[in-house]
Amino acid sequence: MVGVVAFAVVNSAGWEDVKQSFFNRQEFDESFPDILSAFWLNVKIFLIAEVFILVFALVIAVLRGLPGPVFFPIRALAVVYVDLFRGVPTILVIYILGFGVPALALPGVPNEPLFWGIVSLVLVYSAYVSEVYRAGIDSVHPSQAAAARSLGLTHGQALRFVVVPQAVRRVIPPLLNDFIGLQKDTALVALLGVVEAFRQSQIDVAGSFNYTPYIATAIIFIALTVPMARFTDWLIARDKRRQQAGRLA
Amino acid sequence: MSSVALEIVDLHKSFGKLEVLRGIDLTLAEHEVVCLIGASGSGKSTLLRCVNLLEPIDSGRIVVRGEEITAPGVDVNALRRGIGIVFQSFNLFPHMSVLRNITLGPQKALGVPAADANAHADELLARFGLADKREEYPDRLSGGQQQRVAIVRALAMQPGLLLLDEVTSALDPELVAEVLEVIRELAGEGMTMLIATHEMSFARDVAHRVCFLDAGVILEEGPPEQVFGAPREPRTQQFLQRIVQAGRL
Repeated sequence: MVGVVAFAVVNSAGWEDVKQSFFNRQEFDESFPDILSAFWLNVKIFLIAEVFILVFALVIAVLRGLPGPVFFPIRALAVVYVDLFRGVPTILVIYILGFGVPALALPGVPNEPLFWGIVSLVLVYSAYVSEVYRAGIDSVHPSQAAAARSLGLTHGQALRFVVVPQAVRRVIPPLLNDFIGLQKDTALVALLGVVEAFRQSQIDVAGSFNYTPYIATAIIFIALTVPMARFTDWLIARDKRRQQAGRLA
Repeated sequence: MSSVALEIVDLHKSFGKLEVLRGIDLTLAEHEVVCLIGASGSGKSTLLRCVNLLEPIDSGRIVVRGEEITAPGVDVNALRRGIGIVFQSFNLFPHMSVLRNITLGPQKALGVPAADANAHADELLARFGLADKREEYPDRLSGGQQQRVAIVRALAMQPGLLLLDEVTSALDPELVAEVLEVIRELAGEGMTMLIATHEMSFARDVAHRVCFLDAGVILEEGPPEQVFGAPREPRTQQFLQRIVQAGRL
């Protein structure tokens, strides 16, 4: 199958042109170092956003699980938040916040595009990740919370010491999956003019009218996301083995 | 037997349309051991869960050592600290060592310093032959050991009243004895206990009083010799006959 596609591509009428403009060795060698150094910004964006997402999403998930009618408004707000930021395309959130908020010229509010790019990613991904957390929290059997509460622990203590630690362990693979998505979406911050890897490759393309830098960028992204994907697979396999071992014991 | 440890007055509890408890009246003196017997679904577990406020009640009153725990505005967490409960399915925290399982409640709910909580836990573990298990995780223990740890976890809170919810029902037959032995020992020390059980000969040995629950009411109660030896109610006779036929008495 792959062979057939490869054969079709290599023997297509336009292959010689495409080869020249996308797979030019010289262009690749020239643009690769620039893009790689710009890619460090993607890594930074990713790491900063990830820390905030992990914390913020957990807060959302916990707020959404608050018991009793008193907390209905807070639960409702959390639901609206998740619906909103899962519903709006990431690219729109980045445009709206990245161009909209600095234009307000509010005193004391940062107006760097990079800042708002990261904020957008945090807002969007927190909505997804909070749902992952929530699924994890729901998967912990209610008898665990009951046992904790029966010791006199408060709802918050039961969550913190008993439910959330078990929930987080269970959702690490799906969390990593979301972070693979986040790693790719750091390229969207380029839309605000931030010179990260994708923007750098656009600059290189504009200078040479050759598309090889895009291929170089793709290779760099893949070099980071593939190990993350394999790591996730490994974690899932390990959990499966442990569960089976637990069942036998 | 002097003062009242627990007083339950006209307790009603429904799950949806199913009325599980239909007017329970029961009083326990300090140091008294009362066994609840009856078929599955007769309301034994629900009654225990109501006493620990794990289930909200529909009407009636529960008074523990002079304090009405079902009154509005009562501090549920403070109250639960004085009432221990041990569950059929152990409900140990799987992500914590045996020691941590036991010290979590005293440290977080009672504010006992770590060193004191550890010392008390070690004392209890030694007493119940579990000293070498302190660093183990629950999934490395047998069912009998897990249930003994669960009992120790409840005892570490130094409760004035201990509720045992069919604590041997999930155990392999050869592991039942070690758990019952622990409970016998506690009864000998004067621990006030309300015990739901299917172990009739154990109930006959350990209980000061036996209550036969049928369809959400206490149909018959009295000293074990009377309830097991000369049951008055036809329903009690039927139930005990089935138990004898099953070879459990």
